[in-house]
Amino acid sequence: MPNVASLANPAVFSRLAARALPWLTALAVGTLALGAWAAFFVAPPDYQQGDTARIMYVHVPAAWMASFVYATMCLAALGTLIWRHPLADAAQKAAAPLGAGFTFVCLATGSIWGRPMWGAWWVWDARLTSVLVLFLIYLGIVLLWQAIEDFSRAARAAAILTLVGAVNIPIVKFSVDWWNTLHQPSSVFRLGGPTVDGRMLWPLIAMGFGFLFLFLALHVAAVRNEILRRRLRRLTLRAADDSAPARPMVLEPAQ
Amino acid sequence: MNGPLAALARREFAVARASGAGGAVGVSFYFALVVLAPFAIGPDRAVLARVAPALLWLGALLSTLLGLDRLFQADAEDGALDQMTLAKTPLEAIALVKGAVHWLVAVLPLVVVSPAFGLMLGLEPANLPRAVVALLAGTPAITAFGAIGAALTASLRRAGPLTAVLVAPMAVPTLIFGVEAANAASVAPFPAMIAALAGISLAAVALAPFAAAAALRAARG
Repeated sequence: MPNVASLANPAVFSRLAARALPWLTALAVGTLALGAWAAFFVAPPDYQQGDTARIMYVHVPAAWMASFVYATMCLAALGTLIWRHPLADAAQKAAAPLGAGFTFVCLATGSIWGRPMWGAWWVWDARLTSVLVLFLIYLGIVLLWQAIEDFSRAARAAAILTLVGAVNIPIVKFSVDWWNTLHQPSSVFRLGGPTVDGRMLWPLIAMGFGFLFLFLALHVAAVRNEILRRRLRRLTLRAADDSAPARPMVLEPAQ
Repeated sequence: MNGPLAALARREFAVARASGAGGAVGVSFYFALVVLAPFAIGPDRAVLARVAPALLWLGALLSTLLGLDRLFQADAEDGALDQMTLAKTPLEAIALVKGAVHWLVAVLPLVVVSPAFGLMLGLEPANLPRAVVALLAGTPAITAFGAIGAALTASLRRAGPLTAVLVAPMAVPTLIFGVEAANAASVAPFPAMIAALAGISLAAVALAPFAAAAALRAARG
């Protein structure tokens, strides 16, 4: 029985990631293909919105992932601040652009759907605005990662920003809801009056799992790349240092 | 009043006075924004008066963010921040004092001049106290969030725009309640808006020093 803690060793992680990645990728492609097929051919068109409602099979899973990735980053941030673990640093760094990407997909698909449905590309609806603020928070985290050169310093700064954002998100959500209901008491911008029919629900759930596996595959690959990148930099520094013996150190775990 | 924190406060006031930046630049920037607004929006008094609370708040927010990135940066550059980190006095208390002095020196002048700017933008004189009280209750939160952003970017060379991007999402609730409180046409009850603003400010002032101090320690490695 392999020890769970040994996963935290970057070298062990890299080996396991290399073995798991093809499976994760296949799983992601499979569920996404199944979900996309079901979204187009199994799910009936909405009785009011017709075929435009099908964008929900991309939009809703993207919205789920926007929150899920942030939760993942919060866990990784705790790993960085409490255990100062380099793998948690890499997990944070790899997740931030992915979360921003999912949030952007959510906003863009919502906007495309909004054009024929609401007659406007953008509406300052409470939910849209909350997601927009989340996107801004993601952007800040990505920019902070880019701005600070030293890897572990950037990780700790990003971790603090991530946790501050986590405290802020519910307050933003609450105040934006309040703000919007005050300004537009009769908000008609709601997707489904009736609960979702089963033939629409299972393709949606399939797409949700597809997005989840997609994130896991991309995240594992990005964390592995981060570990490799750091190892490469260490080796470059070592090679540049004449006094160091010229031995191949490829299998040594990073830090 | 001879403790290390009092000494720090005196030093901060002295530095602000010596550098001459403090309030004057912020107020001038605020003034510039207010002057530009009618050119962008048009001189129609009714339209200006409608957006005046929002303009006052946006101007105060941007003027506050403008000077904030230097809050810890100057100390990081000349080594004073290292001394503060090593001192027995908790870094959290130091961050709180520095933020408080910054609010007094750079933000309070913005609140003081805001009635004049409100009049220029067509606010009714009777509604000016609302705007001032809203700014007084809300700007401490902006400064507190700003201190977190400033601490996160203290070690960077060109931090200004990044600090603003980091602080912007945190400022959303303050901006919502602040503009609503300052807006005389709002249906929301004024005392409730001020209470919400003061609540956000108190929570931010209580919690932000811990985040700022953690960020400053992280930046030292």
